[in-house]
Amino acid sequence: MEDKLIIKGIEFKSRLWVGTGKYRDLEETKKAIEASGADVVTVAVRRVNIIDRKSENLLDYIDPKKYKILPNTAGCYNVEDALRYSRLAREAGISDMIKLEVIGDEKTLFPDVIGLLNATEILAKEGFLVFPYTNDDPIMAKRLIDAGAVAVMPLAAPIGSGLGIRNPYNIKIILETVKAPVIVDAGVGTASDVAVAMELGCDAVLLNTAIAGAKDPIAMASAMKHAVIAGRLAYKAGRIPKKLYAAASSPIEGML
Amino acid sequence: MRLTVNGENIDSNAATVKELLDELKIVQGRVAVEVNLSIIKRDDYEVYRLKEGDKVEIVNFIGGGCLK
Repeated sequence: MEDKLIIKGIEFKSRLWVGTGKYRDLEETKKAIEASGADVVTVAVRRVNIIDRKSENLLDYIDPKKYKILPNTAGCYNVEDALRYSRLAREAGISDMIKLEVIGDEKTLFPDVIGLLNATEILAKEGFLVFPYTNDDPIMAKRLIDAGAVAVMPLAAPIGSGLGIRNPYNIKIILETVKAPVIVDAGVGTASDVAVAMELGCDAVLLNTAIAGAKDPIAMASAMKHAVIAGRLAYKAGRIPKKLYAAASSPIEGML
Repeated sequence: MRLTVNGENIDSNAATVKELLDELKIVQGRVAVEVNLSIIKRDDYEVYRLKEGDKVEIVNFIGGGCLK
């Protein structure tokens, strides 16, 4: 049986979602995203450069016909800005999806969950498919879903930190608490972090810096692609329980 | 006519949003436009009339995932 991620009728071809920031140039962005096999690509909303009209357009490299463009509100520190960016993104874009970020603090880039909850409620009422970037807090995850979010995106660790999943137990509780897709967003560093997220049972992983900041982003993109697939397969296969002592895998019977 | 577009003060002969986009050589379709904090729908670009001192924001998508 096929194991596809479907959210609100939208079918996702890959469980790896990627960001587009911090690459050397747009050509590298394009190649890395191709190598990652990602289906969802998140992008930021910013002013058009009206002075230098020769500057290149991201969507010339990332074809919206090929990828699902998920605009985000990165850089928004209050509800008002997050709403403004979301509405502009919907107007500029081709879908109602928004990766909602209401950042609380510049140093940690942790979400301001109170602002996030308020913004989620307002945008959900306006028909947005809200994907909120939130803390690894099961209660907040539930509140966000109750407020109309279509999924929750708990962080693994601070954005760009590469620390991996710092609290797998909370992620596990979130998975048991919310009846909606859980997509780990931010903080993964390498392929094993992604595999852990998927083995816990997460529906997808979104990452950016772990690929863009790697020495060889295109090779890392490929590693992440395989990690998501391996982690998901392992989750579905059902791992053995952890035990303190050995359990021999060869029979004793027939020994001399 | 003086306008503030993306924070820059410019002199423009554009009477409408569409004319302003043409003047700035911005391709429609991948941008969103806001005038004095109100979003202008794409269908209204030709009819929405700009006036002296309007604050216009023209945005598009750029690379960014988990950016500051």
